[in-house]
Amino acid sequence: MAASPNPATPPAKGLVGWIEQRLPIFSFTRAHTSEYYAPKNFNLWYYFGSLALLVLVNQIVTGIFLTMHFKPSAAEAFGSVEYIMRDVDWGWLIRYMHSTGASLFFVVVYLHMFRGLMYGSYKKPRELLWVIGMFIYLALMAEAFLGYVLPWGQMSGWGAQVIISLFGAIPGIGEALVEFIRGDYLISDATLNRFFALHVIALPLVLLLLVVLHLGALHTVGSNNPDGVEIKKGPVGNRWSADAPADGIPFHPYYTVKDLVGVGFFLMIAAFIIFFEPTFGGMFLEKDNFVPYDPLVTPEHIVPVWYFTPYYAMLRVVPDKLLGVIVMFAAIAVLFLLPWLDRSPVRSWRYRGGLYKLALGIFALSFVWLGKIGGGPGTDPVETQIGRLLTVLYFGFFVFLFVYTHFGFEKTRPVPERVTTHD
Amino acid sequence: MAEHSVNQGRRRFLTATTTVVGGVGVAFLAAPFLKSWQPSARAQAAGAPVQIDISRLEQGQLIIMSWRGLPVWVFRRSPEMLQALPSLDGNLRDPESRNSDQQPAYAANPHRAIRPEIAVYVGICTHLGCSPTFVPELTPQPFDADWKGGFFCPCHKSRFDLAGRVYSGVPAPTNLPVPPHRFITDTLIEVGVDPEGAA
Repeated sequence: MAASPNPATPPAKGLVGWIEQRLPIFSFTRAHTSEYYAPKNFNLWYYFGSLALLVLVNQIVTGIFLTMHFKPSAAEAFGSVEYIMRDVDWGWLIRYMHSTGASLFFVVVYLHMFRGLMYGSYKKPRELLWVIGMFIYLALMAEAFLGYVLPWGQMSGWGAQVIISLFGAIPGIGEALVEFIRGDYLISDATLNRFFALHVIALPLVLLLLVVLHLGALHTVGSNNPDGVEIKKGPVGNRWSADAPADGIPFHPYYTVKDLVGVGFFLMIAAFIIFFEPTFGGMFLEKDNFVPYDPLVTPEHIVPVWYFTPYYAMLRVVPDKLLGVIVMFAAIAVLFLLPWLDRSPVRSWRYRGGLYKLALGIFALSFVWLGKIGGGPGTDPVETQIGRLLTVLYFGFFVFLFVYTHFGFEKTRPVPERVTTHD
Repeated sequence: MAEHSVNQGRRRFLTATTTVVGGVGVAFLAAPFLKSWQPSARAQAAGAPVQIDISRLEQGQLIIMSWRGLPVWVFRRSPEMLQALPSLDGNLRDPESRNSDQQPAYAANPHRAIRPEIAVYVGICTHLGCSPTFVPELTPQPFDADWKGGFFCPCHKSRFDLAGRVYSGVPAPTNLPVPPHRFITDTLIEVGVDPEGAA
């Protein structure tokens, strides 16, 4: 072997050594980059975690600059957003980076979650990793909803009206709770002001903490991979370390460089949207939100932004207020239980039963189709029936998964000893 | 795949070129964020040149106008006032307006004005930003027995003459600034724009 690219690091001297003895940040950084060994067989699906982190940074930076010009009051909010778009130097770019980033955040998070489903990344010992990830998803949905209210357009106000009213379906305390959340008898300045505080301070702090915990849990149990093989249980010793997994490679530089390629492609797509189609045909920024909020007139076609539409469709097709709300929240809650519903010892769908692959495909299709229905006008009775069927299929996936794996119906294929592309 | 030989030269080249391209990208990305701190179009509109009609401005009279939120004094000096100016030169810190930051070149003259009788100054004391009081009388004052008219700052007792020139021995370091201005007609002044042809 020629000169090794990553020679073992000798104890640091000088300033670095002085700091290291008092606060081991350099060895900590190494332990999580060049000395974190990830399976060598990551594929395209493994881009979305680091891309989610990139989008988070984008949202924080652009968000900070937007707060410098935004006025969180019912009288000024809409005007201040127009001010950002027209009068602030490059304000339009910063705002479109933020609004496009919000939608792309959900794109990468949904793909990241689907990756987990395909390769069984939620299974032991990664249950907590999955649960923390689900909390991130919840926080993200809350953050996105609160942010959508801030421009104080028609969709902001009426979206807030609908979402807050969901809590009114809770028997007994519902109406009092709704009033408490609004801080008024209607969606008003008080609501906007507190939503602003939650959107720019409270939830970002929660999100950052959860991301740190997510990464901490990941680096404790190690990354899963497309084969679902536990590299820590395989042979030991690689070019960089005698006691690291043989099928692991240092995250830095190997996966940082790989992720940079993904970042390049991702930024090209993001830039195209930001510069040429920032509203994405009314999907990322809805047309009605370019009209100031009018509490007396509801827009004709009111739907949430695309990333909420699957749940919104479930709410709409269930013909009962309380039950609809329960179904909608249950659709998210059931995902938390996934690690315990799936009893199969095999992680990756590469070696799982054919019916699992079929069920997962139907599940994903139901979710997407529900999203399409939820984003539509919702007036077609046939579509409502289809929506009900898809809702049943969505929940059916989890029932099927438990029955299929718990009672031993699944015929799995042998899982290889090592990742399939080891040398 | 068994042994990998590493081409260090190529690796260094790729690392360097990637870093440079990435660095250029970051610089381009940073520019909009920094520029968003510049005065916005609204602020620029609010700071646009302002016009003032001086056709009814009497001798010894001063009007205060607002330009970019600053008090700008426009006043008409009488012949006695103008005559008194050279006599003060010995008491002043910068009688010949050598500090070119305090006035445009077209106002760097004994009366610090485009037209001797019409004075245009930013009414902010060059010490710590108070707006001095206009004391136009050429009569002895409690703060100066030999007063030839001018401005007296209530905050820290700095004094300026009727050409906005600072006295020696007061806290204010420099003469009052002359804002860029021009005469559109004989009686219409625009503050915020240099005369045509002036630097």
